[in-house]
Amino acid sequence: MDYRAFLVKYAEIGVKGNNRYIFENALVKQIRLALDKCEGEFNVRKESGRIFVDVLSDNYDYDEVITWLQRVFGISYICPMLQVEDEGFDKLKEEVVKYFGEAHEDKNVTFKVRCRRTRKDYPVESMPMAAGIGEALLMAYEKDGLKVDVHNPEILVEVEVRNHIYIYSHSIKGPGGMPIGTAGKAMLLLSGGIDSPVAGYMIAKRGVEIEATYFHAPPYTSERAKQKVVDLAKEVARYAGPIKLHVVNFTDVQLAIYEGCPHDELTIIMRRYMMRIAEEIALKTDCLGLITGESIGQVASQTMKSMMVTGEVCTLPVYRPVVGFDKQDIVDISEKIGTFETSILPFEDCCTIFVAKHPVTKPRADIIRKHEEKIKDKLDELARIAVESEEVILCEAAD
Amino acid sequence: MKEIYLDNSATTKVYTEVAELMKKIMLEDYGNPSSLHTKGVDAEEHIKTAKKQIAKILKCQEKEILFTSCGTEGDNLAILGTAMAHHRRGKHLITTKIEHPAVLEPMGALEKQGFEVTYLDVDADGHIDLQQLSDAIRPDTILVSIMHTNNEMGALEPIEEAGKIIKEKNPQCYFHVDAVQGFGKAEIKPKKMNIDMLSVSGHKIHAPKGVGFLYINEKVRLQPLMLGGGQQGGMRSGTEATPLVAAIGLASEMCYENLEEKRAKMYAMRDRFVAKLEALDGVYVRGKRGTETAPHIVSASFEDVRAEVLLHSLEAKGIYVSSGSACASNHPATSKTLLATGTDKKFLDATIRFSFSDFTTDEELDTTIAALEELLPQLRRFTRK
Repeated sequence: MDYRAFLVKYAEIGVKGNNRYIFENALVKQIRLALDKCEGEFNVRKESGRIFVDVLSDNYDYDEVITWLQRVFGISYICPMLQVEDEGFDKLKEEVVKYFGEAHEDKNVTFKVRCRRTRKDYPVESMPMAAGIGEALLMAYEKDGLKVDVHNPEILVEVEVRNHIYIYSHSIKGPGGMPIGTAGKAMLLLSGGIDSPVAGYMIAKRGVEIEATYFHAPPYTSERAKQKVVDLAKEVARYAGPIKLHVVNFTDVQLAIYEGCPHDELTIIMRRYMMRIAEEIALKTDCLGLITGESIGQVASQTMKSMMVTGEVCTLPVYRPVVGFDKQDIVDISEKIGTFETSILPFEDCCTIFVAKHPVTKPRADIIRKHEEKIKDKLDELARIAVESEEVILCEAAD
Repeated sequence: MKEIYLDNSATTKVYTEVAELMKKIMLEDYGNPSSLHTKGVDAEEHIKTAKKQIAKILKCQEKEILFTSCGTEGDNLAILGTAMAHHRRGKHLITTKIEHPAVLEPMGALEKQGFEVTYLDVDADGHIDLQQLSDAIRPDTILVSIMHTNNEMGALEPIEEAGKIIKEKNPQCYFHVDAVQGFGKAEIKPKKMNIDMLSVSGHKIHAPKGVGFLYINEKVRLQPLMLGGGQQGGMRSGTEATPLVAAIGLASEMCYENLEEKRAKMYAMRDRFVAKLEALDGVYVRGKRGTETAPHIVSASFEDVRAEVLLHSLEAKGIYVSSGSACASNHPATSKTLLATGTDKKFLDATIRFSFSDFTTDEELDTTIAALEELLPQLRRFTRK
């Protein structure tokens, strides 16, 4: 079928009060950015509480458009619409019958027709229009089992008379959430694993713009490991929009901790410095919070006690959207959003040489602080140098 | 920072002359060698030249050269092609435990189809035992496949002796040699050495990736793997990649120009480098010295240093090496060669391969030694506790 227009439905934005236009405009902007990735030309417009996408060019790829629209947060449903011109009501009935024949293979279903006129000069009013079209559909397909059910129809056929006439009956689920750019910005601690890209995705889904920090430790972590994080950022950027990735060279901080602190506390102290550094960059870049992929009890540094000790070093709120998720739940989301394959690439994480065989699982903040204090001046200086020498990579959405 | 490329067993830089020849063929003599018009004839001429260049080196006939897409294809065709053509005569094959996956994988696939494969052991230096080979050959053995030069530690296998033994024990048994690391660095005369098939890859000898050849003795009967337009006598259908074929021909010729001189230079360079390596603390060079290993491969183990970390540290200084075999280092499976040579467990993850080309200089190797002197103590400060 040649769909030349799409109706975009949004859910939560609808309940916003006076600032509703801010959300709608943000959504229109995000839809335009998504369609920029697609072949063809499109017009996105707001019209009486709905968002329409018109296809302007002759050639476009339907599947590509749907794929990209399904990545725009704020969209609850996408309805591909058949667009016809007003050539009288009889002709319209024919068009709907033809549309239904092609759009629904199985005719042994219940249906209802709903009509709307924004063009009030259309000669048939909404109710008789619906009745007339319903009758035409029944005449055509009753023999195949089509039945009317006005209370609980399996298929709702909608006909809207505007400048053009639109016919639709399919709804494709969007990602939900809120449009990017309506909630502020947050700093994601992006590793290369499965959890942090999912965490970034989940916070972005609430309309939050994302920046990211990656801790690089050459020669202990390889260029390929860094490239993998860039690739992950690009994959999250399909949903979250372009992500500024701050690559921080963490080697010297790590080595200093290795030499100056008890070995079983190395990971905890290392994570405290990661949080400190991420917060510093976050504050410089107007971020309103930090995001991590931590989940309670997953590893030694993610027990509640550990998170208390690593979280206490920052003043910004730390958002941990997967904190209550099982690993499999996180894997499911990462597969759905397409980061899983990249996350499991086996580029050796040479950081393992720094990991103690038996790291503390119940660290006490006072003890950790005391051990950290001994080399704090040196560590702070190294952290400062690391922040100053950060490399910033702009990660645009992957194709 | 000057680049020091010591990973020539992974791949080599294309000779300038070779790149220029390819450019000319791609832009001017771009015809299909099978076409009847002049454009086709011009293209065909390049293929004939390449065959001539290679045949001269191998002392074989031009029609015994078959162009392939890579070393892997040559190995596959030799092994699977033999198995498919001669399974009625026998279902037994022999190879070694340290072959490249391009040999081991097709062997494994044949085992699943009911063939029997004997894997020869190697000693700590990577050499096979000729007696074990002799004992393994049976009347139903259809193929023996032994590599010329081991890619990870440079061990040279006793090909000539092996060829003699095979033909004495079972004259009908084919002898295939994977010479991907050896061709271009050593004299190889298939007829004299009783080699029936010899696979070579272009990108290890300064031609580009995407081309190789398989020498096939005219008496050998194989079943082709690629069917189609009947090019190359029906043994490998598919339009000949003229620019690539010309490239491997010219690169082969250039490699064998003054080979003895180049070998002497490389051996001297290697011995000097090895002596300096062995003088470093906790560094162990693997394999025999002398001419029982290749002139261009040095495998060394480093105590208390992870190979990948050392690799990246050297990289930061513009020195490119590889850990184990580059073809396999994307997945952290442990090297089969290291296991088969009985390498101490602590070195499985601590072994670096340095591989030279005739562009390599003593000065570059001295810079590498200096870099190691600086890096090793630094890296050893941070080992897993």
